[in-house]
Amino acid sequence: MKRTTLDLWVGFFVAIGLAALLFLALKVGNLTQGNHGETYALQARFGNIGGLKVRAPIKSAGVVVGRVRDIRFDQESYLAVVTLDVDATYKFPRDTFATINTSGLLGEQYVGFEAGGDDAVLKAGDTIKKTQDAMVLEKLISQFMYNKASEDSSK
Amino acid sequence: MLDAVLGSLTRLGNRVTSRVQRLGKASLFLSAILLGSGTAWRRFSLIMRELYYTGVLSLIIILVSGLFVGMVLGLQGYDTLQRYGSSSALGVLVALSLVRELGPVVAALLFASRAGSAITAEIGLMRATEQLSAMEMMAVDPVARVVAPRFWAGVISMPLLASLFSAVGIFGGYLIGVVLIGVDEGSFWSQMQASVDFRIDIVNGVIKSFVFGVIVSWIAVFEGFHAAPSAEGVSAATTRTVVTSALAILAADFVLTAFMFTGA
Repeated sequence: MKRTTLDLWVGFFVAIGLAALLFLALKVGNLTQGNHGETYALQARFGNIGGLKVRAPIKSAGVVVGRVRDIRFDQESYLAVVTLDVDATYKFPRDTFATINTSGLLGEQYVGFEAGGDDAVLKAGDTIKKTQDAMVLEKLISQFMYNKASEDSSK
Repeated sequence: MLDAVLGSLTRLGNRVTSRVQRLGKASLFLSAILLGSGTAWRRFSLIMRELYYTGVLSLIIILVSGLFVGMVLGLQGYDTLQRYGSSSALGVLVALSLVRELGPVVAALLFASRAGSAITAEIGLMRATEQLSAMEMMAVDPVARVVAPRFWAGVISMPLLASLFSAVGIFGGYLIGVVLIGVDEGSFWSQMQASVDFRIDIVNGVIKSFVFGVIVSWIAVFEGFHAAPSAEGVSAATTRTVVTSALAILAADFVLTAFMFTGA
């Protein structure tokens, strides 16, 4: 085979190989919307985080505004300390309410922000005061059973 | 009685030491390849020629099987997911299983049987027809001239082929899932993009395919170079290349997966 034909084929091969990699990176892995942007860290304490995982999204009004960076257990207060990376373009009031929600019935868990009315905004390193734990199905069921039982006995 | 026990123990020991010896020989051979790679990289046309034979000629089989694997994933994945009412997660299923596991592994298995066997047979036949000895007589190092270019061509081709396999497979899943069955196109892509992480999934997949490329090329050139110089020798070496490569790929895949995808 002639040298130039061979070079052409190899060039074609390498080009479509790299194109496939680019397709995987951009279209499948969505590299463009990665965490290039500036973020600031907030902390929140929860009594129970349920199935929350590192890199879970933080959503406010359904829009992703950040990601969970780290989850630790605090030995003194026996609470879970969750470090949140919030996109620097979004500012939240000091009395923002952090909840742990589930998307759909069996979906992944995420941190939800409900903005309060305070004029001062949260800065890097601040701790969110108002939090709500993850909903645990067993607790809900036992509460329901307990209420049902007390209703029946009062009749 | 005692003789029989001792005899079988001796055979077992003999088998183990010969395996370990072969492994040591293969490691020495690999270091010889790495040391002798200078010529191949300086005269890049040597690698270029092998890239054509290992990479370009493997394109068709990789593309066609990637398409079919993706289409099967689309069909089977839809069948299972729709029972749980989450058929919109089809894109995630197809993309993650291809990028993390099936892409690198199946592409490497196909590569071993398409290109690895050809390399072994070619070098083995050079050995059998004493072309390698003739080169040594002319003071040309056969490891640097014949083996190293084939080794590096395999190492370069493998990640490209695995990426192509994954990309075509995802397209196949898209064809079946979205075009044929009618899963919502928006959720197919957006859920995929939300769940596939560039660093964790795609980069690790490429690292896997690179490691498989080293393994397959190494086994192929080693078996070819050390083939018994006869027709039976070459055929036995070719078979060994495919079998050993397949086992080594699957074992290495388990180890790599255990390192890469646990805990995250």
